[in-house]
Amino acid sequence: MTKALDTNKKVGLFLIAAVVLAVLPFIVGNTLGNSWIRIIDFALLYVMLALGLNIVVGFAGLLDLGFIAFYAVGAYTYALLGSPHFGLHLPFYITIPLGALFAALFGILLGTPVLRLKGDYLAIVTLGFGEIIRIFMNNLNAPVNITNGPQGINLIDPINVGGLSLGKALQVGGTSLNSVYLYYYMFLALTVLVVIMAWRLQHSRIGRAWVALREDDIAAAAMGINIRNIKLLAFALGALSGGVAGGLFASFQGFISPESFGLLESIMILAMIVLGGMGHIPGVILGAVVLTIAPEVLRDVIGPLQMKTFGRMLIDPENARMLLFGLALVVMMLVRPEGMWPSKRRKAEFEDAKEAAAQKG
Amino acid sequence: MAEALLKIEGIHKRFGGLHALNNVGLTINKGEVYGLIGPNGAGKTTLFNVLTGLYQPDEGTFTFNGRDLFRAKPHVVVSAGIARTFQNIRLFAEMTALENVMVGRHIRSKAGALGAVLRNKGTMEEERSIRSKAMELLAYVGIADVAEERARNLSYGHQRRLEIARALATEPMLLALDEPAAGMNPRETDELKGLMHKIRDGGVTILLIEHDVKLMMDLCDRIAVLDYGKKIAEGVPEVVRKDPKVIEAYLGAAHA
Ligand SMILES: Nc1ncnc2c1ncn2[C@@H]1O[C@H](COP(=O)(O)OP(=O)(O)OP(=O)(O)O)[C@@H](O)[C@H]1O
Ligand SMILES: [Mg+2]
Repeated sequence: MTKALDTNKKVGLFLIAAVVLAVLPFIVGNTLGNSWIRIIDFALLYVMLALGLNIVVGFAGLLDLGFIAFYAVGAYTYALLGSPHFGLHLPFYITIPLGALFAALFGILLGTPVLRLKGDYLAIVTLGFGEIIRIFMNNLNAPVNITNGPQGINLIDPINVGGLSLGKALQVGGTSLNSVYLYYYMFLALTVLVVIMAWRLQHSRIGRAWVALREDDIAAAAMGINIRNIKLLAFALGALSGGVAGGLFASFQGFISPESFGLLESIMILAMIVLGGMGHIPGVILGAVVLTIAPEVLRDVIGPLQMKTFGRMLIDPENARMLLFGLALVVMMLVRPEGMWPSKRRKAEFEDAKEAAAQKG
Repeated sequence: MAEALLKIEGIHKRFGGLHALNNVGLTINKGEVYGLIGPNGAGKTTLFNVLTGLYQPDEGTFTFNGRDLFRAKPHVVVSAGIARTFQNIRLFAEMTALENVMVGRHIRSKAGALGAVLRNKGTMEEERSIRSKAMELLAYVGIADVAEERARNLSYGHQRRLEIARALATEPMLLALDEPAAGMNPRETDELKGLMHKIRDGGVTILLIEHDVKLMMDLCDRIAVLDYGKKIAEGVPEVVRKDPKVIEAYLGAAHA
């Protein structure tokens, strides 16, 4: 009885979500303008990235500060195979899977030397790895020009689905749909796939093994889990999602350079996970969306607000924006360390920890 | 003539200057309950860690059920058929009791990432069988009613049982229990004894570390005594108990 009701409710929620997501760009486009659809497109990319990193950090408990490297691998794969740089123009259904595959291989490449490391040590080595990839991209322009160095790669092919280029506005019945609309649906479709992948992995034999690894690696080994393989699998599958997002990013921007793949980006994605609710897919999605959108909202608000209240700009809006943003993160972590939308399990962990601390102190 | 299941010879394990296992050899036969006793710090847990692949021995030989397991990785040891519990309980604290046992099924199931994502028929069936087998094991050790409780919230006695269920989930031929009765009251200890009889009668060989001498005398077919990393005695309980070297080791430890 109640169960049937529950499923009905779920189906209802699902349908509402589907409709909202389907019409979202039209609502946003007509109220806030196309630049905001662009921001939402980016939010979807970050959702994919955050879900990928969440496999490594949230599920398997391996702190990775170089995750952006896999985004870079996916992006450069797409760019090199679909731009005038080498004169190659392979279609997206080859370049994106290939980028994902390369990213996964890089995941294993990173994972192998760090198998024995945990916690802070792991974080530092992965941080170094991320920087190494970026520096490679920066310097692989001589003696043979592969990546075009700091200038980056320009004029990257937009995604072309059966003759329909997502890079140009689409004319339908008198109205014109801007490129940002088309990319929105492309990104949405792939985001849904990544969500399904992450969710199914979490609720599987593999997902259980990751949790076991995270909670007690010695007990996990003693239960017959092959620690090396299960860690490498986490790195590879996390990197895979990062690689997909990277390819999409390259096509969407039309231009990439090593600058887009710095340490700050890695930290930002980690912050999305922690702020949203580590290991909890809905939380991670929320974290990614909020952290992509919040700085943009601040951008739109701070300047005009200062003008209104003080009649002039007191603080450079760009500085004020990041200042407020950082402050918001700090406050958030103090007030809700378990994240905005934690899993029940994690919430309980934090409550237990609080209780233990209270008993001690 | 009894059939040997596990055989080690000349095992050495050193931690820096400490010779934790010094030329230890022993043979465990199929179907027996083999006890391991010795004063604190004698090397009992270290031997367990060597037998389960958590520590790499420096020297020696180690065969199990006809397989060479010298310096084998833990997951190889488990798949060969040795499972263990820990002296200081190591459950997956935030997982439910049921999930803990389900993790124990890992080595006896095979769905990979692709199966998990595609959810094909084979994977779904395997997942169902993992769950039902885990449920069965919880019932077997007598804690089916707390299946959905998080492990950390279970009582001490239940946690010990859960660890046994999780180890049994790997379908071991040899179950190694490191002080399973530690911290239990006499009633719980008695129930535990019943459980161990049941496991042994189910065809699983047991290697048992315990300080409770009476329990060991009741349960074990044979007992080995470790002292300062050396095996100083081995045999049926009545004989071992009267061995002067054993008495000396325990008295010495008591006087120290
Ligand atoms: N990882 C390690 N590193 C260094 N020394 C260790 C390590 N593990 C055990 N030891 C030492 O080896 C010796 C044997 O320890 P072990 O835990 O095997 O004793 P035990 O017989 O299980 O004792 P107890 O009855 O107290 O559990 C001790 O001196 C211990 O300090
Ligand atoms: Mg011990």
